[in-house]
Amino acid sequence: MTKAPVRIKTLTIDGREVGAREDQTILDVARENHIFIPTLCDLPGLTAVGACRLCLVEVRGVNRLLPACVTAVAEGMEVSVSSERIDRYRRSILELLFAERNHVCSVCVTNGHCDLQSLALKLGMTHVHFPYQYPRLPVDASHERFVVDHNRCILCTRCVRVCDEIEGAHTWDVMSRGVDCRVITDLAEPWGKSESCTGCGKCVQVCPTGALSEKGKSVAEMSKRRQFLPYLTLMREARR
Amino acid sequence: MQTYLGPVQPPTDDKRWKIVEATARRHGREPHALIETLHTVQECFGYLDETALRFVASLLCVPLGRVYGVATFYHFFTLKPKGKHTCVVCTGTACYIKGAQALLSAIEKTYGIKPGETTADGELSLLTARCLGSCGLAPAAVVDGAVVGRIGAPALLARIGKGIRP
Amino acid sequence: MTIEDLRTIAENERQAQKKFQHHVCVCIAAGCLSSGADQVRDAIKKEVAEAGMAGEVLVKGVGCMGLCSAGPLVSVETEDQLFANVTPEDASELVRSIDTGTADLKHCDTAVPFFERQQKIVLENSGKIDPERIEDYISNDGYRALVTAITEMTPPEIVALMVKSGLRGRGGAGYPTGLKWSTVSKTGEQAKYVICNADEGDPGAFMDRAVLESDPHRVLEGMAIAAYAVGAQNGFIYVRAEYPLAVKHLKTAIKQAERLGLLGNNICNSRFSFHVDIRLGAGAFVCGEETALIASIEGQRGAPRPRPPYPAQEGLWNCPTLINNVETFANVAPIVRNGAAWFAAIGTEKSKGTKVFALAGRVANTGLIEVPMGITLREIIHEIGGGIPDGKQYKAVQTGGPSGGCIPEQHLDSPVDYESLARIGSIMGSGGMIVMDETSCMVDVAKYFMEFCASESCGKCVPCRTGTRQMLAILEKITAGEATAADLALLEELCDLVKNTSLCGLGQSAPNPVVTTLKYFHDEYDRHISGEGCPICKEHAASSAEVSQ
Repeated sequence: MTKAPVRIKTLTIDGREVGAREDQTILDVARENHIFIPTLCDLPGLTAVGACRLCLVEVRGVNRLLPACVTAVAEGMEVSVSSERIDRYRRSILELLFAERNHVCSVCVTNGHCDLQSLALKLGMTHVHFPYQYPRLPVDASHERFVVDHNRCILCTRCVRVCDEIEGAHTWDVMSRGVDCRVITDLAEPWGKSESCTGCGKCVQVCPTGALSEKGKSVAEMSKRRQFLPYLTLMREARR
Repeated sequence: MQTYLGPVQPPTDDKRWKIVEATARRHGREPHALIETLHTVQECFGYLDETALRFVASLLCVPLGRVYGVATFYHFFTLKPKGKHTCVVCTGTACYIKGAQALLSAIEKTYGIKPGETTADGELSLLTARCLGSCGLAPAAVVDGAVVGRIGAPALLARIGKGIRP
Repeated sequence: MTIEDLRTIAENERQAQKKFQHHVCVCIAAGCLSSGADQVRDAIKKEVAEAGMAGEVLVKGVGCMGLCSAGPLVSVETEDQLFANVTPEDASELVRSIDTGTADLKHCDTAVPFFERQQKIVLENSGKIDPERIEDYISNDGYRALVTAITEMTPPEIVALMVKSGLRGRGGAGYPTGLKWSTVSKTGEQAKYVICNADEGDPGAFMDRAVLESDPHRVLEGMAIAAYAVGAQNGFIYVRAEYPLAVKHLKTAIKQAERLGLLGNNICNSRFSFHVDIRLGAGAFVCGEETALIASIEGQRGAPRPRPPYPAQEGLWNCPTLINNVETFANVAPIVRNGAAWFAAIGTEKSKGTKVFALAGRVANTGLIEVPMGITLREIIHEIGGGIPDGKQYKAVQTGGPSGGCIPEQHLDSPVDYESLARIGSIMGSGGMIVMDETSCMVDVAKYFMEFCASESCGKCVPCRTGTRQMLAILEKITAGEATAADLALLEELCDLVKNTSLCGLGQSAPNPVVTTLKYFHDEYDRHISGEGCPICKEHAASSAEVSQ
C-alpha cells in the first residue's frame, strides 16, 4: 500500500506559529508544542468524544467555541487556547462536575494523583458556587481486585472506551441518560459477577479520578500508570 | 473477519421467542437491529427482563453492557412488568398548559401511584408521554390503548375505574 | 412504470370515483380518531349500505382536515359541506339528507379565516385522499414528479432545481435544502443513504404526524427524488414509536409503491434503485438531532457526536447521508411538478414557501394549519386561530418547543420567517405553536421546558447534563417562592454557559425558554422573588400538597 503524502498546515496557537500534519487535531498540535489545553475525557490512544468540553478554544472567524480534541487543523487557523471567557467557562464546568457527585478529596484514594483535582488547582478554581447535588450513589467492591465508587465518577467514559477499543471486552458501558447516567458492567450487575471482564485493570489505570481504584490502596496511594496505552495503540495500528 | 453466528437457544419454549428471533433474522442478526429487536420483545412480552436482554445480546452478538445501556437510554422501553391496565397521561406543552398536572394528581390521590409506578395489586400502571401529538385535544391521555382527548380529572378517573376497583 | 402507465392508473381511479354521486370523507387522523371518528365512519358506511346507496355514496377515511378542536370532522365533498363534532348517531341524518344537502347537523363554516387564510402545498391532499390507497394519491398528481425526474431529468438538474427553489429545512434550523443535497451528491459514487427524520419530539408539535398519517406517499416520493438526485440506494424513515397510525400507513404505502415499481429495483426501468425501511424511535427527544438519530438507527444509544464531520460527508455507517425532515420531503414533489420559480414566488425573500404549524393551547381553533412564510403571528393567532377563548388576555406564544422561546404581545406583528423569529429570541422550530393566556405563569412555563431538557439530556457532555439540572433546581426554587436575586444571577450565568459550551443543539438551545422569558417577562421573575409570590404557582403547589397528604 502506498501512502498519500501527508500535507503540512501552518497555523497559530496563541500567536505562536506552528506546523501540523493535516490529519491532526488542534489538541494534538498543542500537545506537540507543549501548549496546555485542559482535558478530562480525552486520552491519547482512545477515540476522542468531545464530551467534557474543557478543551473548548476560540478560533478566529468562527463564532462558536470549538473542542480542540476533535477539531482538525486548517491552514492559517488562528487559535486562542485561553481567554478570560474560556477560562471562566472552564472553571464553571469543573465546578459543575464537583457539584454533581460527591468528590471529597481528603478521603479519596487518588488524592494527589487525580486529574480532576489537579485541573481544579491549575485553573484556579477556588470554590464551587453552584449548589452541591449530594446524590446517594453506591460503591461496588464485589470485584476481587478493583473497586468502583460512583460518587467519584465524572462519566468521561475513558473506562468504557479502553475496555471496548483496547481490551476488546466491552464490559463497561453507560446506562440511563442525563444525570441518571452511570457506568455499568454487563447488565448493571456487580462487577465481581461480570462474565465478560478479563480483570485486565486497564479501566482502573485510565480513570481520571478515584472512581476506579485498586483494592488495598489507602487514601492518596492510588497513582495511575498509563504508559501502556499509546504503546498498545501503536502496536495495534502497526498490525493492521 | 467473518463472525460466526451460531444457533442461539431461546430461553424457554415459549413461542414468542420465535417472533423475536424472526425480527433479528430479518436484519441479518446485525448489531444495528438491537433497538428493533427490543421493540419486538416489548411488544411480545410487555417488558424487557434479564432473560430477554441476555437472549437478544447473544442473538445479535452485542455486548451485554450495550444492550443494557440502550434499553435504559430509551424511555419507551421498560424493564419492569406493567400493570393489567395502563394509563398514559400526555405531558406535552399544550396538555401542560391545559391541566395535565391535575390529571396526574387525581390519579395519584386515588390510586397512590406516581408516573412510572404500578399499584401494589398490579392492576394499574401510570405513565407519562412526552407528547401524544393530540395537542388539538389537550389535555389528552391514553387508557388501555385508546386515546381520550379534552378530558377532566373526574372523567378520566371514571374511565380508569371502569376496569379497576380503587 | 412510465408516465403513461401512471396516467392510466390516475384516469381509472378518477373514473371509478366519478361513479359515485356523493363523496363522504371522514377524518380518521389521530386527532379525530381519539374522539371516535372510526366509529363515525363505520356508522355512516352501515347507514349507506342499509339505505341501499352503496353505489351512489363513497365513504372514505381520510387524513387530517386541520381543525382538530371540532373533531370528528366529516365532509361531503360533492356538496362542499363540512360537519363538526359528528357522532355515530348522526350517521342516519347525514345519509338521509345527503341528496338534499340539508342535514340537521353542526355545520362547520368554511368561509372563515381558519380555512381561507391557509395556503396548502404540503397538506394539499390531506383530508382529501385515502392515505391507505396509492391509486387515490396517483389520481391527485402523485408520483408524477418522481417519474418525470427519473425519465426526463438528470440528478444535477434536480439539485439545481432545489437550490433555485430556495427551500429550507423544515426541521427547525432552516439549512438550505438544495445546498445539503448538493454536498451529498458531490461525494462521488459510493453507498449513500437518505434518511427521513420523523422523530417529531417537540411537545406540542404534530405536523409530521399528520403528514405521515394523511399522505404518506408524498414523503416517500420526496425521498425517492432526493435519493435519485444525490445517488443514494437506501433510505430509512426514523419515526416515533408513539405514532402507531403513521407507522401503519407508512408500511402500507411502502408495500404499495414497491408493488407498482415506484420503489425498489430499477425504478421506471432505469438503473436507479431505492429501498426504504422504517426504523422506530423509542422515546428519546435527542434523537431528533441528526448525529444522535444516526446512532439510533445503528442500534446504539442516541448520543450526538461532534460535527464536523457532517452526516452529508460521514453519516450512517460512515457513508454520506442526506437527512431531511418529513415536511421538507413533502415539499419536494410539488417543486419538481410546478418548478422552482413557482415555489420561490411564495413566502419572503429568504424564507420561501409555506410552513405547517400545529396550533394549540389557549386559542379558539386548535389544529393544523399551513400558511405562507411572512404571515404575522397576530394573523395566525387572532385571525386563523380565532383569538383567545373565554374572554382571557393573550400573554405569549411559544414557538420551536424546548429549543424555542416565548414571544410577547409587542412582537406579535413580527413576520413568521426564520430570521425574524431568531431576531426576537425564538426559532422557527419544527412548527409547534402554543398560545398562552393570563392563566399561565411564564416562570412555570420556563420550568416546564427546563424539566423537559434536563430529563431528555443524553448525559454525554457536562454542561448539558449537569447545567440543565442546576437550572431546573433554581427554577423550582423560584416558583416555590424561595429564591433570591443571587439565584437569578446564577440562572443567567448558567444560561450563558450551557448555551455556549454544550455539545449538540439540544444543550445549546436548552436555555432559550429561560432567556426569552427573562427578557420579556422579567417582572414575573421579580414577583416570584420579591416575596409577593405568584398566585398561579401557589395554586399548583396547593394542589400537589393536597395529594401528598
